[in-house]
Amino acid sequence: MRIGVLAVQGAFVEHAEMIEKLGHEAVEIRKPSHLSNIEGIILPGGESTVQTCLLNRLHMTEILQEKIQMGLPVLATCSGLILLAEKLDNDNLDSLKTMPVSVKRNAYGRQVASFVTSGNFSDMEDVPMVFIRAPYITEVGSETEVLAEYKGNVVAAKYKNQLGLSFHPELTEDTRIHRYFVDEMCK
Amino acid sequence: MKTEKNNEQYKLNKGLAQMLKGGVIMDVTNPEQAQIAQEAGACAVMALERIPADIRAAGGVSRMSDPQMIKEIQEAVTIPVMAKCRIGHFVEAQVLQAIEIDYIDESEVLSPADDIYHIDKTSFKIPFVCGARDLGEALRRINEGAAMIRTKGEPGTGDVVQAVRHMRKMQSQMRQVKAMAKDELFEAAKQLGVPYNLLEYVSENGKLPVVNFAAGGIATPADAALMMQLGAEGVFVGSGIFKSGNPKKRAMAIVEAVTNFTDATLIAELSKGLGEAMVGINPSEIKVIMEERGQ
Repeated sequence: MRIGVLAVQGAFVEHAEMIEKLGHEAVEIRKPSHLSNIEGIILPGGESTVQTCLLNRLHMTEILQEKIQMGLPVLATCSGLILLAEKLDNDNLDSLKTMPVSVKRNAYGRQVASFVTSGNFSDMEDVPMVFIRAPYITEVGSETEVLAEYKGNVVAAKYKNQLGLSFHPELTEDTRIHRYFVDEMCK
Repeated sequence: MKTEKNNEQYKLNKGLAQMLKGGVIMDVTNPEQAQIAQEAGACAVMALERIPADIRAAGGVSRMSDPQMIKEIQEAVTIPVMAKCRIGHFVEAQVLQAIEIDYIDESEVLSPADDIYHIDKTSFKIPFVCGARDLGEALRRINEGAAMIRTKGEPGTGDVVQAVRHMRKMQSQMRQVKAMAKDELFEAAKQLGVPYNLLEYVSENGKLPVVNFAAGGIATPADAALMMQLGAEGVFVGSGIFKSGNPKKRAMAIVEAVTNFTDATLIAELSKGLGEAMVGINPSEIKVIMEERGQ
């Protein structure tokens, strides 16, 4: 399968390596023409303000929005989740807004508050979760399924073809979440 | 247990640098500049009282910035905020940690506080970025706990030649190390003055174990793209933005050039009508050579 990884800014190489480890092809997406012929897309961690800015300036916001609404499977981690969120609790970004969730940016605080833990994700147990200046989900829409929680806050949710995570599976050795995305959502 | 906790923290700190990749970190001296930088697409800002070009002009001893001024910048933006401490000045670093800075730059731009020892960065929770001119300096800083490396370049000059020299040297040394047999690696570790295990990592992976940015003298979108094509994973722009004619436009252009660093047509477009670039000075014209600080 050909999976796109948005490569405007952030930790996109790590996602591409995960996809390749699973035996699929990863394509770096830097301009609108790169968006054709992909079977899924990953929005990586990075800085959401920068990514939003670049998506707009490179004229990719609308076309990506459209593709996601038409059913292109998307895996979004950390700032990627911020791009997908319909609403932000403490900010307003002119981004994709295709997923009916509310998200709080930098919800745990500055870098001193970043942490590693592990927990359940859907029916998988003991999934390592790396939180870096992470957001979390404060509200989910009616058709949105909660897949993981940490200390009472939603840190992973799925709405149709969209999977949003607060944490970074690409910074671990555990490929289960990427496998889930590719095998269950991109088929 | 303590080591395990330390390892976890180090992983998080390296991880934050991974999130900055493909981005531009900009020097700012007040909240207004910080906001301009954020709007232009900076992935982080470096809060400091004077940018390197002004530090050069002013002369004298240059120290950590006023925590009040750093706090104001932290409040003005949502992106990570970095600040500089002097080489070896672990109390300035403790102060920066106390105000919850996101990243500390143990920087040769400030006057060194210790002419032998760097800070033991493993004893901090906050991540450090350090400058390096070659593979030896880079791996020594990483061994001391740096979670990110940048080339030193020659700050405040607007002249990219030193950053190019440092990046080329590092990349070429890494290619050599990658081709070495194990017995050669032991000798190379001795020659470079670095721990064997770090050199072994470079040999196996062909890159540093942490993120590597370019810094020092980058002033135009083409400079930034040049550093990216030479192997940088992102760039720091210091004096180059707010010493230029149209800071916001230049900042935006540099951000876009870093994302699409191989697209010459786009870089040509971005380079049009940027106004006056910072007035550069050649390294041969300056008295203080910052890159020689902290080896």
